Amino acid sequence: MGYPHKPHPKETVVLSKHFGEADAKSYKGWVKRGGYRALERALATEPAKLIETVKESGLRGRGGAGFPTGLKWSFMPREKKKPHYLCVNADESEPGTFKDREIMRWTPHALLEGTAIAAHAIQAEVAYIYIRGEFTEPWAAMEKALTEARAAKVFGDIQIYLHRGAGAYICGEETALMNSIEGKRGNPRIKPPFPAAAGLFGLPTTINNVETLAAVPHILTNGAAWYKGLSLSSPKSTGTKLFSVCGHVQQPGNYEVTMGFPLKDLVYELCGGMRPGRTLKACIPGGSSVPILDRAETESCLLDYEGVVERGSMLGSGGVIVFDDSTDMVYQIMRLARFYAHESCAQCTQCREGTAWTTKILERILAGQGTLADLDLLLDLSENMTGKTICVLSDSCAAPVVSGIKKFKSEFEAYIAGRRKPVMVA
Amino acid sequence: MSVGAQPPPGAGIEEYRPVFADKTLERLNEILTRYPTRQAALLPALWLVQEARGWISDRNMAEVAEVLGLTPAYVKGVVTFYTMYHQHPVGKHFVQVCTTSPCNICGAEAVVRALLDATGAKELGATSPDGKWTVVEVECLGACGFATPVLVDDDFIESVTPETVPQLVSRYQ
Repeated sequence: MGYPHKPHPKETVVLSKHFGEADAKSYKGWVKRGGYRALERALATEPAKLIETVKESGLRGRGGAGFPTGLKWSFMPREKKKPHYLCVNADESEPGTFKDREIMRWTPHALLEGTAIAAHAIQAEVAYIYIRGEFTEPWAAMEKALTEARAAKVFGDIQIYLHRGAGAYICGEETALMNSIEGKRGNPRIKPPFPAAAGLFGLPTTINNVETLAAVPHILTNGAAWYKGLSLSSPKSTGTKLFSVCGHVQQPGNYEVTMGFPLKDLVYELCGGMRPGRTLKACIPGGSSVPILDRAETESCLLDYEGVVERGSMLGSGGVIVFDDSTDMVYQIMRLARFYAHESCAQCTQCREGTAWTTKILERILAGQGTLADLDLLLDLSENMTGKTICVLSDSCAAPVVSGIKKFKSEFEAYIAGRRKPVMVA
Repeated sequence: MSVGAQPPPGAGIEEYRPVFADKTLERLNEILTRYPTRQAALLPALWLVQEARGWISDRNMAEVAEVLGLTPAYVKGVVTFYTMYHQHPVGKHFVQVCTTSPCNICGAEAVVRALLDATGAKELGATSPDGKWTVVEVECLGACGFATPVLVDDDFIESVTPETVPQLVSRYQ
Protein backbone atom coordinates (compact mmCIF):
# COMPACT_ATOMS: atom_id res chain seq x y z
CA MET A 1 0.00 0.00 0.00
CA GLY A 2 2.75 2.39 -0.91
CA TYR A 3 2.50 5.86 -2.33
CA PRO A 4 2.00 5.32 -6.02
CA HIS A 5 4.59 7.58 -7.57
CA LYS A 6 7.84 9.45 -7.19
CA PRO A 7 7.50 13.22 -7.62
CA HIS A 8 7.39 14.32 -11.25
CA PRO A 9 9.96 17.03 -12.11
CA LYS A 10 7.10 19.48 -12.68
CA GLU A 11 5.69 18.94 -9.19
CA THR A 12 6.47 21.36 -6.36
CA VAL A 13 6.50 19.13 -3.32
CA VAL A 14 5.86 20.94 -0.05
CA LEU A 15 3.02 19.07 1.64
CA SER A 16 3.77 15.80 -0.09
CA LYS A 17 7.54 15.90 0.32
CA HIS A 18 7.53 13.07 2.86
CA PHE A 19 4.67 11.00 1.46
CA GLY A 20 5.78 7.40 1.27
CA GLU A 21 8.44 7.66 3.99
CA ALA A 22 7.31 5.36 6.79
CA ASP A 23 9.67 7.03 9.25
CA ALA A 24 8.00 10.44 8.78
CA LYS A 25 4.91 9.13 10.58
CA SER A 26 6.69 8.92 13.92
CA TYR A 27 7.30 11.85 16.23
CA LYS A 28 11.06 11.32 16.13
CA GLY A 29 11.06 11.03 12.36
CA TRP A 30 8.99 14.20 12.05
CA VAL A 31 11.26 16.19 14.35
CA LYS A 32 14.25 14.91 12.36
CA ARG A 33 12.63 16.46 9.27
CA GLY A 34 12.32 19.83 10.97
CA GLY A 35 8.85 19.22 12.36
CA TYR A 36 7.38 21.10 15.32
CA ARG A 37 9.89 23.97 15.08
CA ALA A 38 7.26 26.23 13.53
CA LEU A 39 4.87 25.35 16.34
CA GLU A 40 7.44 26.12 19.01
CA ARG A 41 7.96 29.57 17.55
CA ALA A 42 4.24 30.10 16.98
CA LEU A 43 3.40 29.39 20.60
CA ALA A 44 5.78 32.19 21.57
CA THR A 45 4.19 34.59 19.05
CA GLU A 46 1.19 36.90 19.51
CA PRO A 47 -1.93 35.34 17.91
CA ALA A 48 -2.65 38.55 15.94
CA LYS A 49 0.79 38.36 14.36
CA LEU A 50 0.23 34.79 13.21
CA ILE A 51 -3.09 35.77 11.66
CA GLU A 52 -1.35 38.63 9.85
CA THR A 53 1.29 36.30 8.41
CA VAL A 54 -1.30 33.83 7.14
CA LYS A 55 -3.31 36.69 5.64
CA GLU A 56 -0.23 37.97 3.83
CA SER A 57 0.56 34.51 2.45
CA GLY A 58 -2.72 34.46 0.51
CA LEU A 59 -3.55 30.94 1.77
CA ARG A 60 -7.13 30.00 0.92
CA GLY A 61 -9.26 27.15 2.24
CA ARG A 62 -8.47 23.88 0.51
CA GLY A 63 -11.72 22.14 1.43
CA GLY A 64 -13.57 23.56 -1.55
CA ALA A 65 -14.77 27.08 -0.85
CA GLY A 66 -11.38 28.80 -1.19
CA PHE A 67 -12.10 31.33 1.55
CA PRO A 68 -8.99 33.27 2.71
CA THR A 69 -7.72 31.46 5.81
CA GLY A 70 -6.20 34.43 7.63
CA LEU A 71 -9.38 36.43 7.15
CA LYS A 72 -11.43 33.55 8.54
CA TRP A 73 -9.20 33.39 11.61
CA SER A 74 -9.55 37.15 12.09
CA PHE A 75 -13.34 36.81 12.45
CA MET A 76 -12.83 35.20 15.86
CA PRO A 77 -13.34 37.57 18.82
CA ARG A 78 -10.04 39.28 19.60
CA GLU A 79 -10.90 39.71 23.19
CA LYS A 80 -11.67 36.29 24.52
CA LYS A 81 -14.68 36.18 26.78
CA LYS A 82 -15.80 32.58 26.29
CA PRO A 83 -14.05 29.33 25.28
CA HIS A 84 -12.98 29.19 21.62
CA TYR A 85 -12.92 26.02 19.53
CA LEU A 86 -11.09 24.83 16.44
CA CYS A 87 -12.62 22.14 14.26
CA VAL A 88 -10.53 20.33 11.69
CA ASN A 89 -12.48 19.01 8.76
CA ALA A 90 -11.06 15.58 7.92
CA ASP A 91 -14.40 14.26 6.70
CA GLU A 92 -13.03 14.04 3.16
CA SER A 93 -15.91 12.50 1.20
CA GLU A 94 -16.16 14.52 -2.00
CA PRO A 95 -16.06 12.04 -4.88
CA GLY A 96 -12.74 12.40 -6.66
CA THR A 97 -10.89 13.73 -3.62
CA PHE A 98 -8.36 11.74 -1.58
CA LYS A 99 -5.66 14.22 -0.57
CA ASP A 100 -6.43 14.67 3.13
CA ARG A 101 -6.32 10.91 3.48
CA GLU A 102 -2.73 10.92 2.20
CA ILE A 103 -1.71 13.82 4.46
CA MET A 104 -3.01 11.94 7.49
CA ARG A 105 -1.63 8.57 6.45
CA TRP A 106 1.88 9.77 5.70
CA THR A 107 2.40 13.00 7.61
CA PRO A 108 0.01 12.96 10.58
CA HIS A 109 2.30 15.27 12.55
CA ALA A 110 2.07 17.92 9.80
CA LEU A 111 -1.66 18.14 10.48
CA LEU A 112 -1.21 18.12 14.26
CA GLU A 113 1.37 20.89 14.03
CA GLY A 114 -0.85 23.04 11.79
CA THR A 115 -3.81 22.35 14.06
CA ALA A 116 -1.95 23.51 17.18
CA ILE A 117 -0.70 26.65 15.42
CA ALA A 118 -4.21 27.52 14.26
CA ALA A 119 -5.64 26.85 17.72
CA HIS A 120 -3.10 29.25 19.20
CA ALA A 121 -3.85 31.87 16.54
CA ILE A 122 -7.58 31.84 17.25
CA GLN A 123 -7.07 31.38 21.01
CA ALA A 124 -8.79 28.02 21.16
CA GLU A 125 -7.92 25.67 23.97
CA VAL A 126 -9.56 22.66 22.35
CA ALA A 127 -9.37 21.37 18.78
CA TYR A 128 -11.42 18.47 17.43
CA ILE A 129 -10.22 16.66 14.34
CA TYR A 130 -13.31 15.13 12.71
CA ILE A 131 -12.21 12.11 10.66
CA ARG A 132 -14.71 10.25 8.50
CA GLY A 133 -15.61 6.83 9.86
CA GLU A 134 -14.35 4.90 6.84
CA PHE A 135 -10.80 6.27 7.19
CA THR A 136 -9.52 3.50 9.43
CA GLU A 137 -5.90 3.76 8.34
CA PRO A 138 -5.61 7.57 8.60
CA TRP A 139 -7.34 7.31 11.99
CA ALA A 140 -4.75 4.82 13.27
CA ALA A 141 -1.88 7.00 12.01
CA MET A 142 -3.37 10.12 13.58
CA GLU A 143 -4.08 8.39 16.88
CA LYS A 144 -0.52 7.11 17.17
CA ALA A 145 0.95 10.49 16.22
CA LEU A 146 -1.29 12.28 18.71
CA THR A 147 -0.26 9.96 21.54
CA GLU A 148 3.43 10.54 20.76
CA ALA A 149 3.12 14.30 20.40
CA ARG A 150 1.11 14.56 23.61
CA ALA A 151 3.78 12.61 25.47
CA ALA A 152 6.37 15.03 24.10
CA LYS A 153 4.24 17.93 25.40
CA VAL A 154 4.54 19.96 22.22
CA PHE A 155 1.06 21.48 22.26
CA GLY A 156 1.39 23.77 25.29
CA ASP A 157 -2.07 24.18 26.84
CA ILE A 158 -3.89 23.16 23.68
CA GLN A 159 -5.91 19.94 23.76
CA ILE A 160 -6.38 18.06 20.50
CA TYR A 161 -8.94 15.26 20.20
CA LEU A 162 -9.95 12.98 17.35
CA HIS A 163 -13.65 12.51 16.66
CA ARG A 164 -14.84 9.69 14.40
CA GLY A 165 -17.66 10.22 11.92
CA ALA A 166 -20.06 7.42 11.07
CA GLY A 167 -20.82 7.60 7.37
CA ALA A 168 -22.42 10.85 6.25
CA TYR A 169 -21.05 12.99 3.41
CA ILE A 170 -23.00 15.97 4.68
CA CYS A 171 -20.88 16.12 7.84
CA GLY A 172 -18.19 17.71 5.67
CA GLU A 173 -20.41 20.80 5.66
CA GLU A 174 -19.06 22.96 8.47
CA THR A 175 -22.13 23.37 10.63
CA ALA A 176 -23.27 19.76 10.07
CA LEU A 177 -19.84 18.69 11.30
CA MET A 178 -20.33 20.75 14.45
CA ASN A 179 -23.74 19.20 15.05
CA SER A 180 -22.19 15.79 14.57
CA ILE A 181 -19.51 16.49 17.22
CA GLU A 182 -22.27 17.65 19.54
CA GLY A 183 -23.91 14.23 19.23
CA LYS A 184 -26.65 15.25 16.84
CA ARG A 185 -27.84 14.26 13.39
CA GLY A 186 -25.57 15.90 10.83
CA ASN A 187 -27.98 18.56 9.63
CA PRO A 188 -26.43 21.82 8.42
CA ARG A 189 -27.47 24.93 10.33
CA ILE A 190 -28.93 28.13 8.95
CA LYS A 191 -26.31 30.90 8.77
CA PRO A 192 -26.00 33.45 10.31
CA PRO A 193 -24.91 33.05 12.99
CA PHE A 194 -21.58 32.10 11.49
CA PRO A 195 -19.27 29.74 13.39
CA ALA A 196 -16.96 32.56 14.54
CA ALA A 197 -19.90 33.99 16.48
CA ALA A 198 -21.72 30.81 17.48
CA GLY A 199 -20.23 27.53 16.31
CA LEU A 200 -19.44 24.36 18.21
CA PHE A 201 -21.46 24.18 21.46
CA GLY A 202 -22.70 27.68 20.56
CA LEU A 203 -19.25 29.17 21.11
CA PRO A 204 -16.83 30.99 18.78
CA THR A 205 -15.39 28.40 16.41
CA THR A 206 -13.14 28.26 13.38
CA ILE A 207 -13.18 25.31 11.02
CA ASN A 208 -10.38 24.52 8.59
CA ASN A 209 -9.61 21.75 6.12
CA VAL A 210 -6.72 19.30 6.66
CA GLU A 211 -4.68 20.50 3.67
CA THR A 212 -5.11 24.15 4.68
CA LEU A 213 -3.71 23.50 8.15
CA ALA A 214 -0.89 21.28 6.87
CA ALA A 215 0.33 24.28 4.82
CA VAL A 216 0.49 26.62 7.81
CA PRO A 217 3.78 25.39 9.38
CA HIS A 218 5.50 25.83 5.99
CA ILE A 219 4.22 29.40 5.74
CA LEU A 220 5.58 30.25 9.17
CA THR A 221 8.91 28.58 8.46
CA ASN A 222 9.53 30.02 4.99
CA GLY A 223 7.59 33.26 5.26
CA ALA A 224 4.43 34.68 3.72
CA ALA A 225 6.36 36.14 0.78
CA TRP A 226 7.72 32.73 -0.19
CA TYR A 227 4.24 31.22 -0.20
CA LYS A 228 2.79 34.14 -2.09
CA GLY A 229 5.51 33.74 -4.68
CA LEU A 230 4.29 30.21 -5.41
CA SER A 231 1.80 31.30 -8.02
CA LEU A 232 1.92 30.76 -11.77
CA SER A 233 -1.07 32.75 -12.88
CA SER A 234 -3.53 34.65 -10.72
CA PRO A 235 -1.90 36.41 -7.74
CA LYS A 236 -5.12 35.67 -5.82
CA SER A 237 -4.25 31.98 -5.77
CA THR A 238 -1.03 31.25 -3.94
CA GLY A 239 1.02 28.30 -2.74
CA THR A 240 0.91 24.69 -3.80
CA LYS A 241 -2.16 22.50 -4.06
CA LEU A 242 -2.58 18.76 -3.91
CA PHE A 243 -4.61 17.49 -6.83
CA SER A 244 -6.13 14.04 -6.52
CA VAL A 245 -6.46 12.62 -10.01
CA CYS A 246 -8.64 9.57 -10.67
CA GLY A 247 -10.64 7.90 -13.37
CA HIS A 248 -9.28 7.12 -16.84
CA VAL A 249 -5.64 8.17 -16.51
CA GLN A 250 -2.63 5.90 -16.64
CA GLN A 251 -1.24 6.97 -13.26
CA PRO A 252 -3.89 8.16 -10.86
CA GLY A 253 -2.77 9.58 -7.53
CA ASN A 254 -1.98 12.81 -5.73
CA TYR A 255 0.14 15.43 -7.44
CA GLU A 256 1.30 18.64 -5.81
CA VAL A 257 1.74 21.60 -8.12
CA THR A 258 1.98 25.35 -7.85
CA MET A 259 -1.31 27.23 -8.21
CA GLY A 260 -1.94 28.15 -11.82
CA PHE A 261 -0.50 24.90 -13.24
CA PRO A 262 -2.08 23.82 -16.55
CA LEU A 263 -4.68 21.06 -16.11
CA LYS A 264 -3.57 19.71 -19.49
CA ASP A 265 -0.04 19.06 -18.20
CA LEU A 266 -1.38 17.47 -15.04
CA VAL A 267 -3.48 15.00 -16.99
CA TYR A 268 -1.25 14.26 -19.97
CA GLU A 269 2.22 14.51 -18.44
CA LEU A 270 2.12 13.92 -14.69
CA CYS A 271 -0.64 11.32 -14.87
CA GLY A 272 0.62 9.72 -18.08
CA GLY A 273 -2.45 10.62 -20.13
CA MET A 274 -5.18 8.32 -21.34
CA ARG A 275 -5.04 4.57 -21.82
CA PRO A 276 -3.69 3.52 -25.25
CA GLY A 277 -6.14 4.29 -28.03
CA ARG A 278 -8.36 6.43 -25.86
CA THR A 279 -8.98 10.18 -25.87
CA LEU A 280 -10.19 12.53 -23.18
CA LYS A 281 -13.91 13.23 -23.23
CA ALA A 282 -14.60 15.16 -20.05
CA CYS A 283 -13.10 16.20 -16.75
CA ILE A 284 -14.46 17.29 -13.40
CA PRO A 285 -11.71 19.50 -11.97
CA GLY A 286 -12.72 20.10 -8.36
CA GLY A 287 -14.59 17.15 -6.91
CA SER A 288 -17.99 15.92 -8.08
CA SER A 289 -19.84 19.06 -6.93
CA VAL A 290 -18.50 21.31 -9.69
CA PRO A 291 -19.56 21.63 -13.36
CA ILE A 292 -18.09 19.19 -15.88
CA LEU A 293 -15.53 20.49 -18.40
CA ASP A 294 -15.39 19.22 -21.95
CA ARG A 295 -12.14 18.37 -23.68
CA ALA A 296 -11.37 21.85 -25.03
CA GLU A 297 -12.09 23.47 -21.67
CA THR A 298 -9.94 20.90 -19.89
CA GLU A 299 -7.01 21.42 -22.21
CA SER A 300 -7.06 25.20 -21.79
CA CYS A 301 -7.73 25.35 -18.05
CA LEU A 302 -5.30 26.73 -15.49
CA LEU A 303 -5.52 25.20 -12.04
CA ASP A 304 -6.17 28.04 -9.67
CA TYR A 305 -9.36 29.47 -8.18
CA GLU A 306 -9.75 32.07 -10.93
CA GLY A 307 -8.54 29.93 -13.82
CA VAL A 308 -11.08 27.17 -13.32
CA VAL A 309 -13.91 29.68 -12.89
CA GLU A 310 -12.89 31.21 -16.22
CA ARG A 311 -13.56 27.84 -17.85
CA GLY A 312 -16.99 27.64 -16.23
CA SER A 313 -16.25 25.37 -13.30
CA MET A 314 -14.59 25.59 -9.87
CA LEU A 315 -11.34 24.48 -8.28
CA GLY A 316 -13.27 23.04 -5.34
CA SER A 317 -11.32 20.44 -3.41
CA GLY A 318 -8.92 19.67 -6.26
CA GLY A 319 -10.38 16.26 -6.97
CA VAL A 320 -9.85 15.75 -10.69
CA ILE A 321 -12.03 13.05 -12.28
CA VAL A 322 -11.04 12.19 -15.84
CA PHE A 323 -13.42 10.49 -18.27
CA ASP A 324 -12.21 9.06 -21.59
CA ASP A 325 -14.22 8.47 -24.76
CA SER A 326 -15.45 5.09 -23.51
CA THR A 327 -17.56 6.81 -20.84
CA ASP A 328 -21.33 6.82 -20.88
CA MET A 329 -21.85 10.35 -19.57
CA VAL A 330 -25.58 9.86 -18.94
CA TYR A 331 -24.89 6.86 -16.74
CA GLN A 332 -22.11 8.61 -14.82
CA ILE A 333 -24.21 11.73 -14.26
CA MET A 334 -26.95 9.44 -12.91
CA ARG A 335 -24.37 7.87 -10.54
CA LEU A 336 -23.41 11.33 -9.30
CA ALA A 337 -27.04 12.35 -8.84
CA ARG A 338 -27.64 9.11 -6.96
CA PHE A 339 -24.72 9.99 -4.67
CA TYR A 340 -26.35 13.29 -3.73
CA ALA A 341 -29.77 11.69 -3.34
CA HIS A 342 -28.21 9.17 -0.95
CA GLU A 343 -26.32 11.84 0.99
CA SER A 344 -29.04 14.51 1.26
CA CYS A 345 -29.80 15.14 4.93
CA ALA A 346 -33.41 15.69 3.83
CA GLN A 347 -33.98 18.92 5.78
CA CYS A 348 -34.78 21.07 2.73
CA THR A 349 -37.52 20.04 0.33
CA GLN A 350 -35.68 21.27 -2.77
CA CYS A 351 -32.78 18.96 -1.94
CA ARG A 352 -34.62 15.93 -0.54
CA GLU A 353 -37.10 15.82 -3.43
CA GLY A 354 -34.86 17.38 -6.06
CA THR A 355 -31.97 14.94 -5.74
CA ALA A 356 -34.35 11.96 -5.68
CA TRP A 357 -36.34 13.08 -8.72
CA THR A 358 -33.22 14.02 -10.65
CA THR A 359 -31.97 10.47 -10.14
CA LYS A 360 -35.31 8.93 -11.11
CA ILE A 361 -35.59 10.99 -14.30
CA LEU A 362 -32.03 10.08 -15.28
CA GLU A 363 -32.80 6.41 -14.67
CA ARG A 364 -35.90 6.74 -16.83
CA ILE A 365 -33.84 8.24 -19.66
CA LEU A 366 -31.26 5.45 -19.34
CA ALA A 367 -34.05 2.87 -19.49
CA GLY A 368 -35.10 4.29 -22.86
CA GLN A 369 -38.34 5.66 -21.44
CA GLY A 370 -37.38 9.32 -21.38
CA THR A 371 -38.67 12.13 -23.56
CA LEU A 372 -37.02 15.30 -24.80
CA ALA A 373 -39.20 17.21 -22.32
CA ASP A 374 -37.34 15.35 -19.54
CA LEU A 375 -34.22 17.35 -20.34
CA ASP A 376 -36.08 20.62 -19.78
CA LEU A 377 -37.61 19.12 -16.67
CA LEU A 378 -34.14 18.27 -15.34
CA LEU A 379 -32.90 21.80 -16.03
CA ASP A 380 -35.97 23.31 -14.40
CA LEU A 381 -35.54 21.05 -11.39
CA SER A 382 -31.85 21.96 -11.16
CA GLU A 383 -32.68 25.65 -11.20
CA ASN A 384 -34.99 25.14 -8.26
CA MET A 385 -32.23 23.27 -6.45
CA THR A 386 -29.65 26.02 -6.82
CA GLY A 387 -29.20 28.76 -4.23
CA LYS A 388 -32.40 27.87 -2.38
CA THR A 389 -31.35 25.60 0.45
CA ILE A 390 -29.58 25.74 3.83
CA CYS A 391 -26.36 24.25 2.41
CA VAL A 392 -25.02 23.65 -1.10
CA LEU A 393 -25.56 19.88 -1.38
CA SER A 394 -28.50 20.37 -3.70
CA ASP A 395 -26.55 22.90 -5.81
CA SER A 396 -23.82 20.27 -6.05
CA CYS A 397 -26.25 17.75 -7.51
CA ALA A 398 -27.43 20.30 -10.06
CA ALA A 399 -23.90 21.23 -11.24
CA PRO A 400 -23.01 18.00 -13.12
CA VAL A 401 -26.59 17.65 -14.42
CA VAL A 402 -26.80 21.14 -15.93
CA SER A 403 -23.28 21.10 -17.36
CA GLY A 404 -23.73 17.51 -18.53
CA ILE A 405 -26.90 18.25 -20.47
CA LYS A 406 -25.33 21.36 -21.96
CA LYS A 407 -22.11 19.71 -23.09
CA PHE A 408 -23.15 16.12 -23.80
CA LYS A 409 -26.72 16.56 -24.95
CA SER A 410 -26.38 14.17 -27.86
CA GLU A 411 -25.79 11.28 -25.45
CA PHE A 412 -29.04 12.02 -23.64
CA GLU A 413 -30.86 12.34 -26.96
CA ALA A 414 -29.45 9.01 -28.12
CA TYR A 415 -31.13 7.22 -25.20
CA ILE A 416 -34.37 9.11 -25.71
CA ALA A 417 -34.47 8.35 -29.45
CA GLY A 418 -33.67 4.68 -28.87
CA ARG A 419 -30.30 4.87 -30.62
CA ARG A 420 -28.57 3.58 -27.49
CA LYS A 421 -29.30 0.26 -25.85
CA PRO A 422 -31.36 0.91 -22.71
CA VAL A 423 -29.64 0.42 -19.39
CA MET A 424 -31.73 -0.91 -16.55
CA VAL A 425 -30.44 0.56 -13.34
CA ALA A 426 -30.38 -1.74 -10.34
CA MET B 1 -39.01 1.52 25.02
CA SER B 2 -37.90 3.10 28.25
CA VAL B 3 -35.10 1.58 30.25
CA GLY B 4 -37.39 0.90 33.18
CA ALA B 5 -39.86 -0.96 31.00
CA GLN B 6 -37.46 -3.67 29.88
CA PRO B 7 -38.94 -7.17 29.99
CA PRO B 8 -38.05 -9.09 33.15
CA PRO B 9 -35.62 -11.98 32.77
CA GLY B 10 -37.64 -15.10 32.23
CA ALA B 11 -38.20 -18.13 30.05
CA GLY B 12 -36.61 -17.61 26.66
CA ILE B 13 -35.47 -14.08 27.40
CA GLU B 14 -31.87 -13.61 28.29
CA GLU B 15 -31.03 -11.00 30.85
CA TYR B 16 -29.62 -7.88 29.22
CA ARG B 17 -25.91 -7.51 29.69
CA PRO B 18 -25.00 -3.83 29.72
CA VAL B 19 -22.33 -2.79 27.23
CA PHE B 20 -21.00 -0.09 29.51
CA ALA B 21 -19.34 -2.08 32.24
CA ASP B 22 -15.71 -2.67 33.20
CA LYS B 23 -13.24 -1.69 30.46
CA THR B 24 -15.88 -0.31 28.10
CA LEU B 25 -17.26 1.91 30.83
CA GLU B 26 -13.76 3.12 31.61
CA ARG B 27 -13.26 3.98 27.95
CA LEU B 28 -16.54 5.88 27.85
CA ASN B 29 -15.62 7.79 30.98
CA GLU B 30 -12.33 8.82 29.40
CA ILE B 31 -14.19 9.93 26.25
CA LEU B 32 -16.57 12.02 28.35
CA THR B 33 -13.61 14.12 29.58
CA ARG B 34 -13.07 15.38 26.01
CA TYR B 35 -16.37 17.21 25.66
CA PRO B 36 -18.26 19.86 27.62
CA THR B 37 -21.56 17.93 27.29
CA ARG B 38 -22.47 14.25 27.76
CA GLN B 39 -24.45 14.30 24.52
CA ALA B 40 -21.26 14.94 22.54
CA ALA B 41 -20.06 11.47 23.51
CA LEU B 42 -22.97 9.92 21.60
CA LEU B 43 -21.17 9.01 18.37
CA PRO B 44 -18.14 7.56 20.22
CA ALA B 45 -20.49 5.66 22.59
CA LEU B 46 -22.33 4.13 19.64
CA TRP B 47 -19.01 3.05 18.16
CA LEU B 48 -18.18 1.32 21.44
CA VAL B 49 -21.52 -0.52 21.32
CA GLN B 50 -20.97 -1.65 17.75
CA GLU B 51 -17.44 -2.76 18.57
CA ALA B 52 -18.71 -4.84 21.51
CA ARG B 53 -21.89 -6.31 20.01
CA GLY B 54 -21.40 -6.12 16.23
CA TRP B 55 -24.57 -4.07 15.80
CA ILE B 56 -26.77 -1.66 17.74
CA SER B 57 -30.12 -2.99 18.99
CA ASP B 58 -33.01 -0.93 20.36
CA ARG B 59 -32.09 -2.20 23.81
CA ASN B 60 -28.50 -0.99 23.28
CA MET B 61 -29.82 2.41 22.23
CA ALA B 62 -31.87 2.59 25.42
CA GLU B 63 -28.76 1.84 27.44
CA VAL B 64 -26.76 4.53 25.63
CA ALA B 65 -29.61 6.97 26.24
CA GLU B 66 -29.63 6.19 29.94
CA VAL B 67 -25.87 6.50 30.29
CA LEU B 68 -25.73 9.86 28.46
CA GLY B 69 -28.95 11.36 29.82
CA LEU B 70 -30.80 11.30 26.49
CA THR B 71 -34.03 9.65 25.37
CA PRO B 72 -34.03 6.35 23.44
CA ALA B 73 -35.97 8.08 20.63
CA TYR B 74 -33.28 10.74 20.34
CA VAL B 75 -30.54 8.13 20.18
CA LYS B 76 -32.44 6.21 17.51
CA GLY B 77 -32.80 9.41 15.51
CA VAL B 78 -29.04 9.77 15.49
CA VAL B 79 -28.29 6.09 14.81
CA THR B 80 -30.56 6.09 11.76
CA PHE B 81 -28.87 9.20 10.34
CA TYR B 82 -25.42 7.63 10.08
CA THR B 83 -24.98 4.76 7.64
CA MET B 84 -22.09 3.05 9.40
CA TYR B 85 -24.12 2.05 12.45
CA HIS B 86 -25.72 -1.36 11.92
CA GLN B 87 -29.31 -1.55 13.08
CA HIS B 88 -29.44 -5.28 12.32
CA PRO B 89 -26.93 -8.09 12.81
CA VAL B 90 -24.50 -8.42 9.90
CA GLY B 91 -22.10 -11.14 8.82
CA LYS B 92 -18.85 -11.76 10.67
CA HIS B 93 -17.12 -9.77 7.97
CA PHE B 94 -18.77 -6.60 6.72
CA VAL B 95 -17.66 -5.59 3.24
CA GLN B 96 -18.18 -2.08 1.84
CA VAL B 97 -17.46 -1.47 -1.83
CA CYS B 98 -17.32 1.96 -3.40
CA THR B 99 -19.39 2.27 -6.57
CA THR B 100 -19.52 6.06 -6.96
CA SER B 101 -18.66 7.52 -10.36
CA PRO B 102 -14.81 7.57 -10.23
CA CYS B 103 -14.69 3.92 -9.14
CA ASN B 104 -17.65 3.08 -11.32
CA ILE B 105 -15.79 4.02 -14.51
CA CYS B 106 -12.89 1.86 -13.34
CA GLY B 107 -15.02 -1.27 -13.01
CA ALA B 108 -16.43 -1.18 -9.46
CA GLU B 109 -19.65 -2.91 -10.44
CA ALA B 110 -17.70 -5.97 -11.60
CA VAL B 111 -15.87 -5.99 -8.25
CA VAL B 112 -19.23 -6.03 -6.45
CA ARG B 113 -20.43 -8.99 -8.52
CA ALA B 114 -17.18 -10.87 -7.87
CA LEU B 115 -17.48 -10.22 -4.13
CA LEU B 116 -21.11 -11.36 -3.96
CA ASP B 117 -20.06 -14.50 -5.76
CA ALA B 118 -16.86 -15.32 -3.86
CA THR B 119 -18.39 -14.69 -0.43
CA GLY B 120 -21.62 -16.54 -1.13
CA ALA B 121 -23.60 -13.50 0.03
CA LYS B 122 -25.19 -13.45 -3.46
CA GLU B 123 -27.33 -10.38 -2.83
CA LEU B 124 -26.39 -6.87 -1.71
CA GLY B 125 -27.10 -6.37 1.98
CA ALA B 126 -27.81 -10.06 2.56
CA THR B 127 -25.64 -12.28 4.74
CA SER B 128 -24.07 -15.45 3.35
CA PRO B 129 -25.66 -18.72 4.58
CA ASP B 130 -22.60 -19.47 6.73
CA GLY B 131 -23.07 -16.12 8.50
CA LYS B 132 -19.61 -14.98 7.49
CA TRP B 133 -20.20 -12.25 4.95
CA THR B 134 -22.34 -9.22 4.27
CA VAL B 135 -21.52 -7.13 1.21
CA VAL B 136 -22.87 -3.63 0.62
CA GLU B 137 -22.33 -0.92 -1.98
CA VAL B 138 -21.37 2.42 -0.49
CA GLU B 139 -20.89 5.92 -1.81
CA CYS B 140 -17.38 7.36 -2.14
CA LEU B 141 -14.79 5.85 0.25
CA GLY B 142 -12.33 8.70 -0.42
CA ALA B 143 -9.71 6.66 -2.23
CA CYS B 144 -10.73 7.31 -5.85
CA GLY B 145 -7.18 7.06 -7.19
CA PHE B 146 -7.01 3.50 -5.92
CA ALA B 147 -10.12 2.13 -7.61
CA THR B 148 -11.77 0.02 -6.44
CA PRO B 149 -11.35 0.48 -2.69
CA VAL B 150 -12.98 -2.11 -0.45
CA LEU B 151 -13.38 -1.93 3.29
CA VAL B 152 -13.46 -5.37 4.98
CA ASP B 153 -14.33 -4.63 8.60
CA ASP B 154 -11.57 -2.12 9.48
CA ASP B 155 -9.16 -3.23 6.75
CA PHE B 156 -9.00 -0.72 3.90
CA ILE B 157 -7.95 -2.51 0.71
CA GLU B 158 -7.02 -0.51 -2.37
CA SER B 159 -7.11 -1.27 -6.10
CA VAL B 160 -9.32 -4.36 -5.91
CA THR B 161 -10.21 -5.96 -9.24
CA PRO B 162 -12.52 -8.92 -9.98
CA GLU B 163 -9.34 -10.98 -10.46
CA THR B 164 -7.98 -10.21 -6.97
CA VAL B 165 -11.31 -10.82 -5.20
CA PRO B 166 -10.95 -14.60 -4.61
CA GLN B 167 -7.56 -14.11 -2.97
CA LEU B 168 -8.89 -11.25 -0.86
CA VAL B 169 -11.82 -13.33 0.36
CA SER B 170 -9.62 -16.34 1.12
CA ARG B 171 -7.56 -14.21 3.51
CA TYR B 172 -10.56 -14.08 5.83
CA GLN B 173 -11.67 -17.70 5.51
